[in-house]
Amino acid sequence: MSNIPSELKYAATHEWVRDEGNGIVTVGITEHAQDLLGDMVFVELPDVGDSVNAGDDICVAESVKAASDIYAPVTGEIVEVNEALEDAPELVNAEAYDGGWLFKVKLADAAELEKLLDATAYENAIDED
Amino acid sequence: MTNKTVLHAKHLASGAKMVDFYGWEMPINYGSQIEEHNAVRQNAGMFDVSHMTIVDIQGNDAKAFLRHLVINDVAKLTVPGKALYTGMLNEEGGVIDDLIIYFFTDTNYRLVVNSATREKDLAWMNKQANGFDLTITERPEFGMIAVQGPQAKAKVAELLTPEQITCVEGMKPFFGVQVGDLFIATTGYTGEDGYEIIVPDNAAEDFWQKLLDLGVAPCGLGARDTLRLEAGMNLYGLDMDETVSPIAANMAWTISWEPSDRNFIGRDVLTEQKAAGTQPKLVGLILTEKGVLRSHQAVITEFGNGEITSGSFSPTLGHSIALARVPRSVKVGDIVEVEMRKKLVKVEVTKPSFVRHGKKVF
Repeated sequence: MSNIPSELKYAATHEWVRDEGNGIVTVGITEHAQDLLGDMVFVELPDVGDSVNAGDDICVAESVKAASDIYAPVTGEIVEVNEALEDAPELVNAEAYDGGWLFKVKLADAAELEKLLDATAYENAIDED
Repeated sequence: MTNKTVLHAKHLASGAKMVDFYGWEMPINYGSQIEEHNAVRQNAGMFDVSHMTIVDIQGNDAKAFLRHLVINDVAKLTVPGKALYTGMLNEEGGVIDDLIIYFFTDTNYRLVVNSATREKDLAWMNKQANGFDLTITERPEFGMIAVQGPQAKAKVAELLTPEQITCVEGMKPFFGVQVGDLFIATTGYTGEDGYEIIVPDNAAEDFWQKLLDLGVAPCGLGARDTLRLEAGMNLYGLDMDETVSPIAANMAWTISWEPSDRNFIGRDVLTEQKAAGTQPKLVGLILTEKGVLRSHQAVITEFGNGEITSGSFSPTLGHSIALARVPRSVKVGDIVEVEMRKKLVKVEVTKPSFVRHGKKVF
């Protein structure tokens, strides 16, 4: 059973969301997701300044196995991306919730966080896969 | 019902992620396929290849039969233990399988054929053997472990008696020798030094454990695929199949045309194809920008379109590589395009071989 931190929120498409408290959230993919994808070799990140809508495919995680779309879990503006992934894409595998974060979004509507899954709901969602 | 090799429990004990490989439950990795790949290039790694099919062909007509059955010529094998790699064709000149044949005597040969093609291969061989005085004996009571990498032979030597070491020391590539219970061959699917070792089922787990204890890294099918692709070695089912000529699969070098009266299966078709000179060819492709080339992606060239047969990320080179079937006029050094997820990316054509003994070779 993979780790699903209780303080994070989740999308059914395997993105996790951490509320940094100032209208900004950090987004990455879960341990479950990185395990399914295998060793990461390239990550195509969105550009800082991009406007994104919840549900848009805005990022691509390319593992040895396959290229997978990653979706914006919330609507807003990309304010930062994880440059470390350029040289060390394997951080997504090794530190899915930490050094492997993908991008940060300035929220357009904080209420969107309520629509995301909590840890238990995400756990149930992946058990049914 | 899935088959399990004799080493199945060992894989689980090492934390392997298991997958179904054509009816066999096999390890795809033990955590990181890239780390396993690097272990083979830099040190020593090992693969459970017990699912592969070992077939002994013995009898008065063994040699004549094999000279008819496959496109390479076993008459070239004159030293006991010497082996060759060859394709086995159907009457239409398409590849039924690729395999290795070891010579012991004119009446005793050992074949190692692919796991996924086992039933098809045995049925074909048995049918073709009609009228030949020989026996075809599958040897399912053996496991097989491939130990590969610059330190592979040294690690294996630590498990051999001084007498056994004398037998294998200095053995040239593509030889096999029986030393006690072990059949040790200087073959492999990685482009590194090393052995493929046939071991009796009841000794396999112990042998694997001893290698683990010596620090040899267990490696799964994921690493096996990136290693063989870097080495430019074909994978049956992707790089060729029954609809593909060996000429179109970088296997023309395995065709022994002389003597011209050796009537091997598919010879007529190959002769026509060679004369016509219109078969496509298998080349290498390299992509130095971000992205991973994958099987079945279209290749666009000025001479017409082709297709990637095998593609992946090369951990040793740090970028993507592929084997592709393209029109014959495409040349090494040409820049062509690959259709990747709705974009066209530029790739360079190379010979179909990328890394040998840990070094870039293109």
